[in-house]
Amino acid sequence: MLEFRKDLFAAERDDNLNIVGKGAQRQDMPGHVTGRSPFFDDHAFEGLLHLKVVRSPHHHARIRAIDTTAAERAPGVKRILRGADVPLNKNTLLSLINFGKDDEPTLAVSKVSYKGEPVVAIIAETEQQALAARALVRVDYDVLPHVFDVEEALKPGAPVVNETYPNNYFEYHDRYDHSKLRFGDVDRAFATADFIVDDRYQMSPIEHAPTETNGSIAAPEQNDRFVVHSCAQGLFFSLGTAAKILKLESNRLHFIGGTVGGGFGGKVDSLTEPLSILGAMMTGQPVRYVLDREEEMLYGSPRGAERIYIKDGILRDGRIVARRIRSYFDAGAYTRLSSYAAIKCTAHLPGPYTIPNVSADIYVAYTNRCPSTAMRGFGITAVDFALEVHMDKGAEACGMDPMEFRILNAYRDEDMKAHRRVAKNTALIECVQVVAEKAGWPLSDEARRQSSLTGGGGARALIPATPIDDNGRIGRPETRTGPATETLPAGAMRIPMTKQPIMEGSAEARPTPAAVPQYEPYRPTPASMPPAYQPMPAAPPPAMPPTAATAPPPAAAPAPAPAQPTQHGAVRFSSVFGTRRR
Amino acid sequence: MARHRGRGMASVNYPIGMNLGGDPSQALIHSNPDGKFTVALSAIDLGQGMKQVTRQVAAETLGVPMEDVYVDTADSDTGPHDMGSFASRGTHRMGNAVIAAAREARGVLLEAAAEELEVNAGDLVTDGRGNIHVKGAPSRSITVKATAQAAQFKQGKTIAGRGIFLIPLSTVDPQTGELNPNTAFAHACLVADVEVDDETGEVTVLKMASAYELGRAINPKMVEQQLVGGAWMGISHALYETPEPYYPDPSHGPRDFNEYLMPGPGDTAPYSVTILERPAPDGPFGGKGPGEMCANPVLPAIANAVYNAVGVRVNDLPITPEKVLRGIKANGGARPQPRRGGGG
Amino acid sequence: MAKIPVQFRLNGSDRAAFVGPSDNLLTLLRRGLNDFGPKYGCGQGTCGTCTVLVDGDLQLSCLTLAATCEGKHVETVSGMAEGPVLHPLQQAFMDHFAAQCGFCTPGMLTAAKALLAANPNPTRAEVIDGISGNICRCTGYDAIIEAILAAARGGQAKRTY
Repeated sequence: MLEFRKDLFAAERDDNLNIVGKGAQRQDMPGHVTGRSPFFDDHAFEGLLHLKVVRSPHHHARIRAIDTTAAERAPGVKRILRGADVPLNKNTLLSLINFGKDDEPTLAVSKVSYKGEPVVAIIAETEQQALAARALVRVDYDVLPHVFDVEEALKPGAPVVNETYPNNYFEYHDRYDHSKLRFGDVDRAFATADFIVDDRYQMSPIEHAPTETNGSIAAPEQNDRFVVHSCAQGLFFSLGTAAKILKLESNRLHFIGGTVGGGFGGKVDSLTEPLSILGAMMTGQPVRYVLDREEEMLYGSPRGAERIYIKDGILRDGRIVARRIRSYFDAGAYTRLSSYAAIKCTAHLPGPYTIPNVSADIYVAYTNRCPSTAMRGFGITAVDFALEVHMDKGAEACGMDPMEFRILNAYRDEDMKAHRRVAKNTALIECVQVVAEKAGWPLSDEARRQSSLTGGGGARALIPATPIDDNGRIGRPETRTGPATETLPAGAMRIPMTKQPIMEGSAEARPTPAAVPQYEPYRPTPASMPPAYQPMPAAPPPAMPPTAATAPPPAAAPAPAPAQPTQHGAVRFSSVFGTRRR
Repeated sequence: MARHRGRGMASVNYPIGMNLGGDPSQALIHSNPDGKFTVALSAIDLGQGMKQVTRQVAAETLGVPMEDVYVDTADSDTGPHDMGSFASRGTHRMGNAVIAAAREARGVLLEAAAEELEVNAGDLVTDGRGNIHVKGAPSRSITVKATAQAAQFKQGKTIAGRGIFLIPLSTVDPQTGELNPNTAFAHACLVADVEVDDETGEVTVLKMASAYELGRAINPKMVEQQLVGGAWMGISHALYETPEPYYPDPSHGPRDFNEYLMPGPGDTAPYSVTILERPAPDGPFGGKGPGEMCANPVLPAIANAVYNAVGVRVNDLPITPEKVLRGIKANGGARPQPRRGGGG
Repeated sequence: MAKIPVQFRLNGSDRAAFVGPSDNLLTLLRRGLNDFGPKYGCGQGTCGTCTVLVDGDLQLSCLTLAATCEGKHVETVSGMAEGPVLHPLQQAFMDHFAAQCGFCTPGMLTAAKALLAANPNPTRAEVIDGISGNICRCTGYDAIIEAILAAARGGQAKRTY
């Protein structure tokens, strides 16, 4: 049941549109109901070969020897692929945006780091023949000790899961073993709190379980190219990954996809494309590599588990004054996309609330399990679970109704967020109010009067003085706990605003539509603002009865924004994660 | 032994797209000689509705009927680069790229029409039904079809457009986490009513109600699809799913749909959704993107409802009967919490 | 291994093939006869995406030996429409937006067709029972259930925006 509240935010909206906003039929629906939608596997090829991989039976083991002689002689077998056949047998997905180090082989050579890791690929005339030959491959392993728990993995002396990251964590900014968020002084604020709520949460791993399993078909095409029918969630992402691993120019590959039987994040990893293309290159025939359901369930890369610790400091009146978070993403054996999830998670904290003191340490840890990857709500779903259960506990601790507690602490337009940018376009309060009304959940008159449009900014827009630290230097676990090294003064910002969106396309008759991207730069706090640490906003709190009369004064007139230097050349993520120096 | 009802809520926001930026999307649009348009993309439709969303955005911007636009995706030989369908970035990033391309194509279309009508292109408007006319003078008009034919065969003009949308990459301060993050945030609040059986530990979701603020519901039917399907997935994540039921012990992993538990068609709960639209300043017609966030509030709302019903906090997902029963036992029995309004 | 000749009708047309004794019907349909309507979702009989009708009976083609179809009539989603005219179930699925990724849709429609053939006026519970062997990961099922009920009623879409 879907209904609209067109009355809310009506002034910000032009509803006089022709097609946008209409529940028109999906363009792809006729294909779906007739079975004609062309999924990757719905293509006929003469001489189609089938690829299956031999997977590691161990969580962690050194490979002593691989013997494929019996498999090579098995009926129908056309070709066997090993690590040495892969032109560039080490990759990390986000290397396409220059983020992180190559750490994962397409076919394991010297050791396996998770149960199910591909070691050998077999290409045969039928799937049954490939499966039969798979059973004939002999791999000798020396089993190694394994580690499954994220916090155990980070202890000195834990088994090394991934040689590229020998300390079992992703390395942020070439400097730290975790991603940091520091805003205000949480320790001082905890000391002022009336209630401390502290707990641990565990998000389970989740399988994407799309009804269509991962797979691809690659075939030699005219002009010495290869056509690839793919279920990738990013067509050029997969094309680029395959081109890199196979050392091919991108224009030798012709990827066709776009009609995908569910993904939910589980089809970002290019699990099959490099090997099916390599198979087509080696055999000169079309090669199909499709995961069966058991492989999809066990080795198709899940949503990673996350362990999250949250500590809140809450005043008697319900205001949260401090929130500290420590979180561990379980990447499994290789990085894939977990490193980016931690970045997104860090920026999301402390959730949709204005909290004057926030600190977070987000780790990505390697363990001997199937590498995890993106899934619906990547970087957010788990921490939202933890935050919102924690909010329920916070409300209980201070004796408030959970909805009132959220409205009291909700972020509003012009509030400063913990990553030091001003909140705009907020609407949490209205969502709470609308649901309360629908569900018959009583709210106080004050809570019903609140608005995302008012009551924000002012003291809530200040960047507090912030102690910063050098804890968690790479390779030095003894530095994980340590004192602050300095205190950044109030209002301090270190990152220039470079975020004006770019939208190309020549002018046309439609005058600047409502959709023209604008990014409001943060106005630095005038120097006259008190630089000292303030335990909490001097102005009245989110003000349970602020009405129009108590709206905050307009912000000080901003100075014209200084022109930002234009960035030249390709944008490199290395400036963010790799070789950045200051 | 009894069944206890409980009610819980959660409120969330969601950052749209890759939050550091640096994730471009491109679009190309061209017209047949009779004014029918093709949008060529490399974006992926994995059920979320990319083809139809971009079709509506393109038709709206071009000012032509939706039926006059088809979206062709994804072929790397014809569709230009796009980062991909993930992080709820499709509607926002690709929608903007399509707007940019459609604006360029529309510019040529109006120039061509202006030449035919011998007026200034700036004085022309489209009626969305296949006609172009002088503002305030509908009789001085030409069809899109006639315009396209004239452009193609008489004027030698290409009615086409190219578009890209890019939020430039942000740097991150390693010590504070300061960055220029996502530019659009969607919002939601959800109430879940559950029933917990204190003998079996089983949790049944009785009904749910939510409000989602999504900037602009570009296609309300598809928003409903996403939110209803996502809520189902939320129930599934909260109560059933995991490949490692005793994580971090990896044993007992399921191998198929008999062992990997999800709610079936008989396990759904009545669900009522209200849509709020506060347009994103940089979204396509204000759109944000509902795809990723629609399960997020369900998980904690159910966990909070379970606590409300029997006084057990399950901090480790999923909330299995085993965990609920262990919690009830540790508490010395079910401890129902105060009823929430309307939750009886 | 010796192949077995098999002749049957597929969506009203005669087909013939040589199959291995352990070949399943799904592989024959898709790779032997290029009918890509039925989908591979699990190969284990747990997802329903490969559902077909054999002489009117609901069968999971991944678990059906191809050789057993000798002389039978196999119906897939590819033959559901009458030429250009959609089957009422297909139309109802469209009207109710009962597909997102569309991968489970062929099996879902086939299961619904078998259900309505056996029980033209099912209750909601009977519809749920009728599709309980078919997994959908996108929609949350409600739109599918409503579409099948509407097709049984000969009804159209509930509402438009």
